[in-house]
This record gives sequence, C-alpha cells and structure tokens, in this order.
Amino acid sequence: MTAQELAQSLVIAAPELLIAIGAMALLMVGVFVRKESANAIVTSLTVALLVAALGWMVFFAPMGPAFGGAYVHDAFTFFMKMLVLIGSIVALVMSVGFAREEKFDRFEFPILIALSTLGMMLMVSADNLLSLYMALELQSLALYVIAAINRDSARSTEAGLKYFVLGALSSGMMLYGISLIYGFTGHIGFDEIAAAVTGGERSIGVLFGLVFLLTGLAFKISAVPFHMWTPDVYEGAPTPVTAFFAAAPKMAAMAMLVRVVMDAFQPVTADWQQIIVFISIASMVLGAFAAIGQRNIKRLMAYSSIGHMGYALVGLAAGTVAGVQGVMLYMAIYLAMTLGTFAFILAMRRKDEGNVEQISDLAGYASNNPLMAAILTALMFSLAGIPPLAGFWGKWYVFLAAVEAGLWPLAIIGVLSSVVGAYYYLRIVKIMWFDDAEGRFVAPAGELRLVMGASGVFVLAYIVFGGPIAAYAEAAARTFF
Amino acid sequence: MTITIAHYLTVSALMFVIGIFGIFLNRKSVIVILMSVELILLAVNINFVAFSAHLQDLVGQVFALFVLTVAAAEAAIGLAILVVFFRNRGSIAVEDVNMMKG
Repeated sequence: MTAQELAQSLVIAAPELLIAIGAMALLMVGVFVRKESANAIVTSLTVALLVAALGWMVFFAPMGPAFGGAYVHDAFTFFMKMLVLIGSIVALVMSVGFAREEKFDRFEFPILIALSTLGMMLMVSADNLLSLYMALELQSLALYVIAAINRDSARSTEAGLKYFVLGALSSGMMLYGISLIYGFTGHIGFDEIAAAVTGGERSIGVLFGLVFLLTGLAFKISAVPFHMWTPDVYEGAPTPVTAFFAAAPKMAAMAMLVRVVMDAFQPVTADWQQIIVFISIASMVLGAFAAIGQRNIKRLMAYSSIGHMGYALVGLAAGTVAGVQGVMLYMAIYLAMTLGTFAFILAMRRKDEGNVEQISDLAGYASNNPLMAAILTALMFSLAGIPPLAGFWGKWYVFLAAVEAGLWPLAIIGVLSSVVGAYYYLRIVKIMWFDDAEGRFVAPAGELRLVMGASGVFVLAYIVFGGPIAAYAEAAARTFF
Repeated sequence: MTITIAHYLTVSALMFVIGIFGIFLNRKSVIVILMSVELILLAVNINFVAFSAHLQDLVGQVFALFVLTVAAAEAAIGLAILVVFFRNRGSIAVEDVNMMKG
C-alpha cells in the first residue's frame, strides 16, 4: 500500500477514526474531572462526538474501498451506519435522566457505548473476514461490559455473565466457520470468496464454514434458535442499556449478515437461503407465541425484537434487490419504533418505587396522561403492523419481496404470526386505556418526551415521507447486484 | 506415516467439539466454561495455521495472531465479569446463574 493509498483510506474511514481517538481522549477527561460530574460531562461529550462523526459521514466522507479491501464505504454502509449512529446517540441521550435518578453514574458507560459504536460501524463496513471478526469482537467485548455495568446488582452481573458465555461461544463457532471458509477457498476477502464459489461450485468444507458463520451471525441478531440470551439480558441489564441493545447492535449485525450472504456468498444463494428461511420462520413464530405470557415489559420487548428480526430476515431470504431494500427499511422502521417504546419504558417511574417494569403497572395510564398513552398506542399498533403506520410498511416491503421471489409459504407464515403477535401489543393498549389506574407515573424527562414525540411522528407520518427513504434504500440495495 | 492437512483438521475438529461439549455438559463452575472457550479458539488457530501452511499463504497465520490477541482480551473481560458476579452471589457454580429464567 503506497502512502497515497493510505491517505485515501484514512479519509474514507475518518468518522471511525474520529470516534476511536475521541473515545480514548474522553477516558482521560473522565479521569481528570471531578468525580460527581464525570458522568454528565463525559456523556454530553460522547453525544457530541457521535453527532460529529455522523455529520462528518453525511457531509464529508467519500465512498469507496479502503485499506486494501478490508473496509468499504458505499450507499448501503452509509444507510446502515446512519441507523447505528442514531441508535447509539438516542440511547445515550435517554440514559441521562436514568443516570441522575438511579445513581447510575459511571463515566465509563458512555465511553463503552462509543467504543461499541465504533465496532458496529466497522462491522457494517467490513469487507473481509478478518476485519469482520475484529470489528465484531470490539463491539461484543464492549457490550459484555455494558450489560454488567451495574456491578452492584446481581441481575445485571448475571445478565453480563450469560451474555458473555453465549457470546463467546457464538464467536468461537463463527470463527471456526471463518477458518473453514479460508481453508477451502484460500481467501478471506468477500469478493475473492465470491469469485472462488462462482457458478455454485463449492466444496463441502465451504458449506460447513458457511453454516458455522451463519450460526454466529444469527446469535448476534438474536434469531431463533440462538436467541436464549436475549430475554435474560434484556431483563437483567439496566433499562438504558436494554434500549441500546435493542437498537444499535441489531442494525450492525443485520447489516453484516446482509453483506456476508449478498456479497461473499451470492453465487451459492440456494445454500444459505434455506438456512435463512428456517431461522426466519422460527424467529417469527417464537417471537409471536413466547411473548404472550410475559409480565415484564423488557422481556416482552426481547421477544418482540426476536420476532422482528424474523420479519426482517424474510426480506433477506428473498435475496433480491427488493429483499435487501425491505431489510434496510424494516431495520430503519424497527429502530424508530423500538427507541420510542424504550423511551416510554424509561418514563415508567413512580415517585416512591423508582422505575417499574411490569406491564400491569401501565393500568389506567391513559386517564393520567392521555397524550403519552396515545403515542404509545400508535407505537404498539405500528409494532403489530397495522396500516397505515410505519410498521405495516416495513412488513409490506419484506413480504412483497418474498412473494416476488416465490417464497409464498414464508410470507404466509409471516402474516399469520404477525396476527398472533398483535395480541400482546393490543393487550398493552387495552391495559392502558381500559383498566383501573393503580398509581401515577412522575412526569417524563424532557429528552424522553422528545424521543417519544419524534418516534410517534415517524410512525404516524411515515406514509407521507417514506417514499424518498424507500428510493434511497433501493439504490443502496443495488450496490450488491 | 506423513502428517497431512487432514490430520491437523481432525485434531482441531476434536478440540472444537470438546470445547462445545465442555460448555454444555459442564454443571460445576463457570471457570470451566472459560477454559472451554479458550479450547475452541485454540482449535480455530490450529485450523488457521494448518491451512496457512497447506495453501502457502500467510494470511492464515496473521489471522491466528489476531485471534490470540482477541482470546486474551476475551478471557480478561470474562474473568472480570465473573469477579463482579462472585461478589454479588458468593458463588460461581453454573446452577447459581439462575435469577432470571430464560
């Protein structure tokens, strides 16, 4: 690599470099400022850092391959990285009030968020198996610590331990798959692997490697049958952490999955398609049925996110431009809905008890705060996929892609399971509007109201402004073909 | 008998399977799980180095070095989480990791 190529690569990867250097500088800031104010200062600086990286990426960063094919920035990575950054920034902003009220004031928390965001951006941009693995580990190692951040709480540390053990297992399986793919194709770059399996000629070793690799990736998006960690980690981790887990890492892992199968293994579509179809059906069905009996709203959201990953995978299973476009739109809409819902969960505070997490605590909320209840109702309808809200359009794009690709059974099972899933979303609406009130929540903090309002507007008005987003996603999806 | 690539792959596959079984069958201590994870990563490294020698390609050995580094970081973080867990629960037995049923 010449000096000129290196300079070019550094310019392309400037947003990531900014976060990497900024996170290390912020560690020093956290050490040297006064202990009481460290969390507040570092959190606001981290938000500023991530916003700066987002702005840089939108306005300055050129697109193209970098670092000798280890990294790529194109329209697809641009879209997904924007989702990742929005997810991280909003989750961090939502943690401010919680940190103040619950003595959740470690300055390491925002820095770990920044480092895992860096890992996610690199995951989205990874263009060979080595950079993919390193990015994934940077993200995962930060997330293990974030899950256990509340180190005096038995539940939080247990969540961290479970996440660590299962995460390490899945990374190990994925790595074994990578070693087989490397051994049987002789390459780690996605384009070279695609060239080595052109025309559907692949040895059984590559197939084994592909299965192991998909296993690891399915774990990261919490698709069935590798979802076991999700409900426990969502329930045990502090709520701002859960909000973060439900948002940004899902975007990055899904982007990585799309890039691996559409870029490196496109010539052997038939091989991975059946695996994706299976985990998609299993996730949709389990997400719909297992959530019915849940009482804790964070656990409910965990099963809901498992189900939504299943719906997004319907688009990927199609393996067409429309399918990839559907995945991208589904993830964008899911991000808006899940952040809004978690803003609401964070706002479930009583004066004397602190944060409450039971669904029954929502009883009669509509009589206390009709506006907030109306927004949550819109979000629940949208999560259930009721037209004309945003969630319906996400499902419409992925199911349409599946039908066009001839995957009728997948689309039918998807529609049926979304009907079952509607039950538990509607139950929340029913509890809020028709049950007798148990007690009042304190007025939500300003930032939570902002996030709820923004996501409420998004799901209600998506039908108006969704066109340009869909057009951009389609153009981005074409980069794979 | 000459040692071919197939022998290396067999050894590493055995180590990998032992590691997986170590995680699932072990009912005693979380430390054993950490050891099993290390075993899995070592199996992968044998694979990489064997393929690298077989293909006459350095990428596999570079990959193995990166995996070693990550394995060290992963063990450090795993032990740190285990220490805070022990402080809260006073035990590292696998059956005590059960506050939330999933």
